[in-house]
Amino acid sequence: MTAPQTPPLPKPSLASETAETPETPEPGAARPTTAPARQEGTWAAPVERLDGSRLPAGAINLAGRRPTSPIQGFGQLWQKTFRVQLPGAATTPAQVIAAWKEHYGEFWPAGNRFSAPLTGLAPGEVGVIRSAQGPMQLSTGVLVLYADDESFTFMTPEGHPFAGWITFSASAEGDAPVAAQVQALIRASDPIYEVMFKLGFGKVEDQMWVHTLTQLAAYFGVHGQSVETSITCVDRRRQWAHAGNVWQNAGIRSSIHTVGAPVRFLARPFRRHA
Amino acid sequence: MDGTAAALPVRRPDPAVAVISMAGDITGASEGPLMAAYTQADGPGTRAVLLDFGPLGYMNSSGIGLLVTMLVRANRQHQRLLAFGLNDHYRQILSLTRLDEAIQVHPDETSALAAASGRGTGR
Repeated sequence: MTAPQTPPLPKPSLASETAETPETPEPGAARPTTAPARQEGTWAAPVERLDGSRLPAGAINLAGRRPTSPIQGFGQLWQKTFRVQLPGAATTPAQVIAAWKEHYGEFWPAGNRFSAPLTGLAPGEVGVIRSAQGPMQLSTGVLVLYADDESFTFMTPEGHPFAGWITFSASAEGDAPVAAQVQALIRASDPIYEVMFKLGFGKVEDQMWVHTLTQLAAYFGVHGQSVETSITCVDRRRQWAHAGNVWQNAGIRSSIHTVGAPVRFLARPFRRHA
Repeated sequence: MDGTAAALPVRRPDPAVAVISMAGDITGASEGPLMAAYTQADGPGTRAVLLDFGPLGYMNSSGIGLLVTMLVRANRQHQRLLAFGLNDHYRQILSLTRLDEAIQVHPDETSALAAASGRGTGR
């Protein structure tokens, strides 16, 4: 991973060229209009369940899974914000986001792999995650919920440790240097993950985002910059109605899949091929 | 991630119901105005808060996140959160993000008010 002297400018979006003032609707009435140009292509198309035919070979715990919001999770609701400034970097927020999308997995700590879709981190695409934390193997992914020139958001599927959204953004306010930010609005998906987070997995996750932002800053030639962290518990209550999410737990299913690998290997010659 | 951060109007068509007008852009920059509007709506006796998306200009994913925060506050106060005036695009967004499982969506203010006062259900 080498820092470019001049990161390439992303292609200007049609949206920014054609932003327009929306029509004034009748008071209190729905507007049966199409989305303004500014919104086109930034949100994923409606998806009930992740389409297995569009996933890379070997991806498990994703096909048929529903994307989840913080509402469908089990544990306490947390808003976690990690932010790093990029002083001295001759870059724009759009350039930061373009580089972040392109090299997303390269900024992660060792032991974690992110496979971006071939078409890039575009709305509606699914990225595959393979992670190893100690003895725990985890194979899951994320749906790209939203993406514009200065931000993109992942939505987690059923079975992912978190239920919720993670937004990656870059901004430049006034004379301040460009800043990059990760903001997660998440609950642990099920009781097992909630216990794991309380036992330290949550801190590992926090360190992962600090590492990511440190690597992103280094990509733009910024070193030694501290990552500001703000962690707020938005809702202390646990949603026991969603305790059954444990059935989809990708950590458990990934471990079972790993343990079952020798059996699947031995059974291969006896499988019927279509 | 720009966005207007103007105050969001709040009105009270019924002593137990407040309506927040989601006017302009709802983005991360709207946290202050949106939470201020909720605080204004959260008066004594408020049983339901209606979000009027009719005047919405634009909403990004950070704006959707603010709806979750508002939903948590409303749940804490045992209030219902309902929405109306969504165009097809944002109706799909609420469905995609599964917020419509917690925020009841209505086509117009009349049906939202009826549902808020227990005279109707509907989506």
